Formats: sequence, C-alpha cells, structure tokens
Amino acid sequence: MPASPVLPKLVGQRVKRREDPRLIQGRATYVDDIALVGMQHVAFKRSDIAHGKIRKIDTSAAAAMDGVEAVYTGADIAKMLPPMPIGTPFPSPEHRAVAVDVVRFGGEPVAVVVARDRYVARDAVDAIVVDYDPLPAVVDVEQAMTGKPAVIHPDFANNLAVPLVPSGTGVTLDGKVDDSAVDAAFAAAEVVISQRMVNHRLAPSAIEPRGVVAHYEPGKGTMTIWSSTQNPHILRTFIAALNGLGQDQVRAIAPEVGGGFGAKINIYAEEYVCSAISKALGIPVKWNEDRSEAFVATTHGRDIIGYVDLAAKRDGTVLGLKIRLIADIGAYNMLLTAAIPTLTMMMANATYNVQAIRTTLTEVFTNKTPTDAYRGAGRPEATYFVERAMDMLARELKMDPAEVRRKNFIQPNQFPYTTQMGAVYDSGDYGKALDRALQIANWEQLKKERDAARAQGRLVGLGLSMYVEVCGLGPSAALPTGGWEHAQVTIERDGRISATTGASPHGQGNETTFAQMLADQFGVPIEHITILHGDTGVVKQGIGTFGSRSQAVGGTVMHLAGAKVKAKMAKFAAAMMEANEDDLVFENGTIAVKGAPASAKPFAAIAAYAYVPVPLPPGLDPGLSEEAFWEPANNTYPFGCHISMLEIDRETGEPTLLKMFAVDDAGTLINPLIVEGQIHGGLAQGIGQAMIEEVSYSEEGQLLTGSFMDYAMPRAIDFPRFEMASTVTPTPVNPLGAKGVGEAGTLGSTPCIVSAAVDALSEFGVKHVDMMLRPEKLWRIIQSPRQSSGQGGRS
Amino acid sequence: MAKIVVTVNGKRRQADVEPRLLLAHFLREQLRLTGTHVGCDTTQCGACTVLVDGRSTKSCTLFAVQADGSEVTTIEGLAANGQLHPLQEGFWEEHGLQCGFCTPGMIMTAVTLLADNPKPSEREIREGIAGNFCRCTGYQHIVNAIQHASKKSALRGDRAPELKTR
Repeated sequence: MPASPVLPKLVGQRVKRREDPRLIQGRATYVDDIALVGMQHVAFKRSDIAHGKIRKIDTSAAAAMDGVEAVYTGADIAKMLPPMPIGTPFPSPEHRAVAVDVVRFGGEPVAVVVARDRYVARDAVDAIVVDYDPLPAVVDVEQAMTGKPAVIHPDFANNLAVPLVPSGTGVTLDGKVDDSAVDAAFAAAEVVISQRMVNHRLAPSAIEPRGVVAHYEPGKGTMTIWSSTQNPHILRTFIAALNGLGQDQVRAIAPEVGGGFGAKINIYAEEYVCSAISKALGIPVKWNEDRSEAFVATTHGRDIIGYVDLAAKRDGTVLGLKIRLIADIGAYNMLLTAAIPTLTMMMANATYNVQAIRTTLTEVFTNKTPTDAYRGAGRPEATYFVERAMDMLARELKMDPAEVRRKNFIQPNQFPYTTQMGAVYDSGDYGKALDRALQIANWEQLKKERDAARAQGRLVGLGLSMYVEVCGLGPSAALPTGGWEHAQVTIERDGRISATTGASPHGQGNETTFAQMLADQFGVPIEHITILHGDTGVVKQGIGTFGSRSQAVGGTVMHLAGAKVKAKMAKFAAAMMEANEDDLVFENGTIAVKGAPASAKPFAAIAAYAYVPVPLPPGLDPGLSEEAFWEPANNTYPFGCHISMLEIDRETGEPTLLKMFAVDDAGTLINPLIVEGQIHGGLAQGIGQAMIEEVSYSEEGQLLTGSFMDYAMPRAIDFPRFEMASTVTPTPVNPLGAKGVGEAGTLGSTPCIVSAAVDALSEFGVKHVDMMLRPEKLWRIIQSPRQSSGQGGRS
Repeated sequence: MAKIVVTVNGKRRQADVEPRLLLAHFLREQLRLTGTHVGCDTTQCGACTVLVDGRSTKSCTLFAVQADGSEVTTIEGLAANGQLHPLQEGFWEEHGLQCGFCTPGMIMTAVTLLADNPKPSEREIREGIAGNFCRCTGYQHIVNAIQHASKKSALRGDRAPELKTR
C-alpha cells in the first residue's frame, strides 16, 4: 500500500474551514431553499392518538379546497408503495408509510395532501376528519413485555420485537450459553453492586428539520430526490426499490444538510411518499418538516433500561459484570432500530480487563415514535451503565474513582485486545488518557475545592468517567449497508483537483480535511482542490456519514485514490522529464527529480500532457482520474476520560455544571480545530441528556415534550467553558492512523455528570440517581429523610 | 391580501401578501432570501433572526404585514462592499459553525448584542445568545467568534449600528 503515514504541512494544522464562506453569508442551499417550476407542497395528516383503529377518514372537504392538487389516504398510498423496508436482519412487522387500518403512535401519518403552497396544504390537512376507535396505549416498557395493556403487532407476542438475546462470556455463535464463568465470578465476589438504570429517550433535534423535494420526470423516466440526509446513496437504493425503479434511474442529492446526529440516516415515510406522489402526478413536490412534526416523525434516540450487576473484590478488582438490557424501540422497526441496542451489548467490556460478562437484550414495541441511531448510538448507553457501576463500586469501597478504574484497565501491551463481547480493540492507552485528564483537571486540587465548598454547606460533587467507543464502521460483515467507502480523485486538465467522496458531511468539515490531505499528497495549494459530495449523480458510489466513519474510512479511501492517480501522474512526469518515476517529488505545485530542483516542471504542465499525450508513453492510457473502494478490516476504538464538577442548589435542587474537562484520543488528527468542535458538540449533547433533555409521554401515550417550549434544548448559558486535551494513539486499522471523533463527546459526559451529582448528594446517602437531573427530583432527595441506600427513583 | 412596503437590505420591496404570511416566509419564498432559516414553530430556536429597524428580531414571530414600512436586514445584507462583517469573520476564524443552519440567526442576534454591549463578558455573550439554539458546536466556538468580532470591531473603531425605535 503506497501510504504516506504521517503527512506534513496542512495535515495536523488548524486550517479554517472551506465550507464557511457560503454558510456565514446565507448563500448555502438547504432542501427548503430549493424551488422548482411547478412544484407543489406536501403535508401530512398525523394521528393525534397513540393507538387506535381507523374507522373512517373523510377527505372530501380537503379535496374540495382551492389550491389542493390531491389527497391520499393510507389505503391510496398502499397501492403506490410496498411496506417500508428495514436495514437489519431482525424480524419486523409490516410498516406502511401511511397507516392503513391501525395507528400505533401519535404522529403516525394517516393521510397526505398535495397543494399549491405550504399554507394551503396545512389548511387542507386540518380539514381532514379521522374517526378512531382508540385502543389501550402501551407506554411502560416493562409492562409492555407482559403483553399489557395491549399487543401492538399481532405477530409479536408480549410486544417482544427481539426476545432475550444473550451475549458475552460463554456464548457461542450457535447460541449456546455457558454461565459457569459468570456465575463463578459472582460467587467469588466480595462486593456486588446492583442497580437498575434508565438511559432515557431523547429527541435528536438537528436545527434543520428534515425535508425532501422529489422530482420524477415522466419523459425521461428518472427521479431526482433532494433530502436532508446523511447518506444519499443508501437513500437512492431504497427510493429506487420502493418505486420500482433501477438505481440508475434515481439521483439522490443531499444538498447542504443542517445537522443529522444519526436521525438523518433513516429512510423515512415522507421520503417514500413524496417520491411516489411525484411519480404518480409527474410533478415536483416538496415537504418540509415543522419542528413539532419533527418531535413525533423523526426517530428518537436511546431509551434503554439496564439492570446492572457488578462483582468485585474489596481491592477494587472487577471480577464479573451482568447487564440485562430492555430497549423501548417504539412502534416500529426503522432502518437500524433493532441493531442499535446490540452496540450497547458489544461495548459492555468498556476499558476494563473483565473476564466474565453476561449481557442480555430484549427489544420491546410501545406506542411511541420509533427509536434509531442518535449520536453515539448504543455506545453512550454502554458507557453509562458500566461507568456508573464503576463509580458505585468506588463509592462502596471508598476508593478514588480514578484508582478503581486504573486498577482494571486493559493494559497497552494487551492490544489488539479481544473482549468478552467479541470486539477486537485496535489500540489504546487508557492510563495515559486518565493521567492527562487528572492533570488538566488538577484532580487533587479539585477535590480540595469540592471539600472546601462542602465545608461551607454547598452541595458540590465531582464525577469522572472513562469511555471507549466503536468508530470507523466498519467491515461489511458489521454493517448491513456495506462497510466500505468510495473516492475518486481527478487531476483536471489545468492541474486543479476534483475529488468525490461517498461520505456525506453535514457539519463535519470534510471539504476542508480531505482537501488538507490531498494538498499535502500532491504538494499543491489547498485552493486548487474541490471536494464534491452528497450527489449520487456526481459521486459514483458511497455509504455515507455516520458512526464516526468519514475520516477513518472516507478519509482513508480518499488517500488511496489519491495515491493511485499520483502513481499514474508520476509515470507521465517521468516520461516527460526522462526520469525514473520513483525519483520524483511532488511539492510546491511542481514535480521534480529528487535532489535536482532545477528539473521541476509545473504540476499543471504534467496534467496538460496527460490529457494531450503526444507522444503517449508506452503502457499508459490518457487522463488522470482514479477511483478506489476501501473497507477497513476492523472498526476503530477511540477512548478518553471526562471529568466534571457540579453544584446543586440546596434550596431549589437546581444543578449547575461548574467545570467540564475532556481528554479524547481519536488517533491521528487531521484538523485539531475541527476535532475540538466535534468534541464540544458531543459534550453538549451528553451534558444535555444528563441534565435537561428528556422525551416524555403521558400514560395515554401523548408526547408531553412536543416542541422546543417543552423539550429542553441546551443553550449557551447551560455550559461552562470546556477544558480539553488530547492524547494520540494511532490506529493500525488504516494508514492515516485516524480513529474518528464525531460521537466521542456523548460517551464520557453523561455518566461523569450523574456521578458528580451523586457525589454532590453524598450526604443524603444517595447511591444513584437517574437522568435527567430535574431540579424537582434532586430537591426531593435533599428534602427526604437520610437514606442508607436507594436511589432517586424512576423519573 | 395586504399591500406592504418593506426595505430589505437597502432595497425597497413592494408586495401583496396574505395577512397570515410570516415575515420569515415572505423573505424566503417571495424575495428568495433563503439565508434566513426556519428551525422551529414556537420562536425558540432563533434561526430566523433578522434585523428589523436595526434590532434583532425572530422573523417567524412577525407577520410580513407587521414589517410594513420597516427596514429589514438579512444575513445576505450584512457584508458591505464585499467585506465580511466582523461577526462573519469571527465565525469563520473561530470555527463558530458546523452545519451552518443556525449561523445566520446566531450572527444577526450577535449584531444587536454587540451594538448594545460592544465589550461583553463571556457570561453576557452566553446570555445574549440564549434565544438561539445550536445543536452542533456546544456554543464554545460561537462565544469565541463573538469575542473575536468584539475585539475586531474595537480595533477597527466600528460604530454600533444606529438603533431605531418604531
């Protein structure tokens, strides 16, 4: 492999983003900015009950309104579209894009309007009358597992989407389970920590809601679909399949995309419906999600209960771990829904050398919006359960939370390390990250500050958390979409460079980082490079941006495609300069013979020669454009340590985050400025989950947090200044050494904050408190009689 | 329909609008100034913030007819004579944006923040942008961007925009 492992110059520098000029001037094009001649607007009538039979839908008043082009019920749409597919091999109930007979969550579409503009479309939606026979709403996940108060899908007894699946020590591929090692670990335990923990439901809440423009051109028989998506190629695959078109007949475009956070991986009902309607009517149609629609129609994240048991010796050595997971996945399986909680199982080993682990997973249907990937997708949940248990162990043993962790770390000389869950951790040095975090937080001093504050009667606590996550997804064996990425690098005739990537950035800055890499690789100015993405008509193949994979997988294949075209260009240069191609250096916009700078030819001159090759060097074809597919042999496993200091107001119970420290090891960094931004954003989402964000439903299955008036989005005043550092442990999985960083911030921050809250409340004997840290909940703990054990209850 | 006259980015615009048309939709769909974004329906997110008569205003909270006779500045009108506004420079220099969707509103809010308080403390900046949501950045680089602009404006001796009251 012609890898240049450590690239000097721009790689590793804090290069300003090339995306920004259009974004800071209002010149970018998001989906809702697209207007096509003759375009009509789509709006959805949505169920306002959680569970019920549709008795009758009256669309006559809507259809009669001026400006209304068409009205469709679920039965009409069912004639145009097959049921929605999923991307995992799990069994799945039939899921119609628009409900036909039964609605299973509040917000499920029941009818569709096409009209002149978005105002008329909404008027028409309001004029549709739906008559329901309500059914009991299934809301409590543990009650749902008994089939009470109703069974949502007849073929899934007791609402079990995935019945108990075991994993870990003693579980073989054929499903045999040998509990002897786990049982022995618990039998040998001197201390056992047991705790039920809830990792609650969240709304991903990209500030740009979803949107779609679908344009079927009957004359050509082709479809163009613009969507606010993280993965246009996957969108193309599914849109083609459900509309009976070939993939060659569909062009999917992700224009500027205003954030995704995992929720824009899915292929949604609205995308299918808009494409089918455009095809049926032969006109372009647009749908843009309202925020209140987004709260019900865009997948939620997390929502998993963990019953955690941890066995240890009194010196802090962890002997065994059991986690029984119950995931509330909502009303239907979406693209990756069923797979997300399996990542929680996969990461149960965390950063620790634990030799006996049993996890089990049950996934359960409820009458709620379906869950799917949300930043971290299964790994923050694993981190939360294990790190909270480690913290409880430290508290039980009166050990420093840093030391109990250090005692159990997988050691640097143990990598590659095969976990009890079957993951192969690529590289790591957890002690180094811990040490760095203790150093930047000034841990000993911080403890003194806490104690001094307590002496004044203040409720101040410290929290510490390690994390390791699985990123750079991944080999195709691990990813139903395929785990590779694609790139094509073209040296244009004028010596400038166009490069396409199958990654589909929506804030990650790949137009900058990939250009940094190519600028170094070819020794040309970054201004001469354009990175193209997000359009299947331009980018031949791709998977997309999720699972912290763009740099580790997309960046690597960009580098490899660059190396291929560079090798060909060197042959042209060698022929022109009568030199040996192995003796050439690409630098400063020239190609020269090593050690003979006077021989330098302009980069552009060699490019021009390759396109008018007179004479054509033997064995060469004209042109300079090479593509590459590449799939990593393994995932990458970034890691780090987060520390927080939190104060709880004794009078009101209101928590305030005073300090937040983060040390992250994402391997080799291409652009530390962008990496910092990624970590900041992840921290904010993790802190948001721990402290203020929560999707909640009433007993009737009504969403109680259906707008930004009710769902607490973190604001600038909710955060202290984050203090950060990094350690660098390159991965051997790819030639760049980069591991991925997009999700990291969400992993360590949540347990670290909850542990700080528990520490702050230690005088009340509290051992655990569930997220989020609602002041009322904390106030009740402060007001309650002193407890010797127990927890903050089930929020 | 109602007749309105609004001066947008220095240009006088006359239009017939439905009384219920939001200013945000008027700007985006009738004038095609799509830099002003709509991120919610309850006036929380601030992505639609523009200047109305020199003051930052959430344009989803105003009907177009209420802006009749006003001067409106959108993100497209902020750079002058090909020169980025110090806040635009600050956001670029300090990596104050990722997906960019909240950015126009965030910048337009910060215009009024700095006009009212040219040298805000970090706390004052965080409070000043509390009506604007960003899901990508965790706000730290946005704070840096506004601090950058504050310093730049002071160096350049920029005058605060003239404040008008209606």
